[in-house]
Amino acid sequence: MSGDHHGPEASVAARVRHLESALEARGLIDPLELDRAITAFVARASPANGGRLAARAWLDPGFRERLLADANAALPELDLSMGGGLQDQRLKVVENTEQVHNVIVCTLCSCYPIALLGPSPTWYKSESYRARVVREPRAVLEEFGFTLGPEVEITVWDASAESRYMVLPRRPPGTDDLDEAALAALVTRNGLIGVAPV
Amino acid sequence: MAERFSPGDRVRTSRDDPPHHTRVPRYIRGAVGTVVEHQGDHPLPDDRSRGRPAPPQPVYTVRFAAADLFGAGRHHVTVDVWEAHLQPESGGQ
Repeated sequence: MSGDHHGPEASVAARVRHLESALEARGLIDPLELDRAITAFVARASPANGGRLAARAWLDPGFRERLLADANAALPELDLSMGGGLQDQRLKVVENTEQVHNVIVCTLCSCYPIALLGPSPTWYKSESYRARVVREPRAVLEEFGFTLGPEVEITVWDASAESRYMVLPRRPPGTDDLDEAALAALVTRNGLIGVAPV
Repeated sequence: MAERFSPGDRVRTSRDDPPHHTRVPRYIRGAVGTVVEHQGDHPLPDDRSRGRPAPPQPVYTVRFAAADLFGAGRHHVTVDVWEAHLQPESGGQ
């Protein structure tokens, strides 16, 4: 969100700075606390967390079930959380199978599980992705170089309320001899959104 | 708070096009879908954004067939919708 400081984003950045100043002036936020929170947030949140969740789910069927049934309750098993804000957001993990492939979007804005996975990719926030993936997901996946077999059904999850979504990709074939850390390293940010197989 | 709908219920999304803030995407307005699950209770953004009382109300994940939304496509789209914007498929307004 801070890449372009000359285009339309520059006016958003200016408004954010103004808002910060106004809140500080009214004693509603402490700038040092804000810096601490942002630093801790950025240090903790990354797609690697999603990779660890996927690897554990692939190796431990009980964990997989718990993750799919109530992700917020399962995250602490790996010392993870959706916290960092005023309240924990609800995380919903959706599982890819041989028959069903899942893709995540926020058509209204760009909601994403940033507290867990870090910032979303720029394309995820684009009007093009947000408008097209609900209408023609297969074509959008093709543009990411990802061809799904015609027999695979696609479900697109629009994060239009308070839940945040993450895809549990399928475990790649030929990985029987990999340990948990090596499995986690296979998972990409795009795979957790659903525009890549893993 | 008690939920009006249960998983499996067929529901129709409101056709309203309000002048104020709302989180009902246009592409599902008036469409019929199936409730997947009750995902929690949250204040209605339409009211909260206008400074009106907004007690938490149920939000549902609702699943729609692409053909019903866009007239084409074999995929499904799920959207999270506040209870105030849902009616039973055959009843209500």
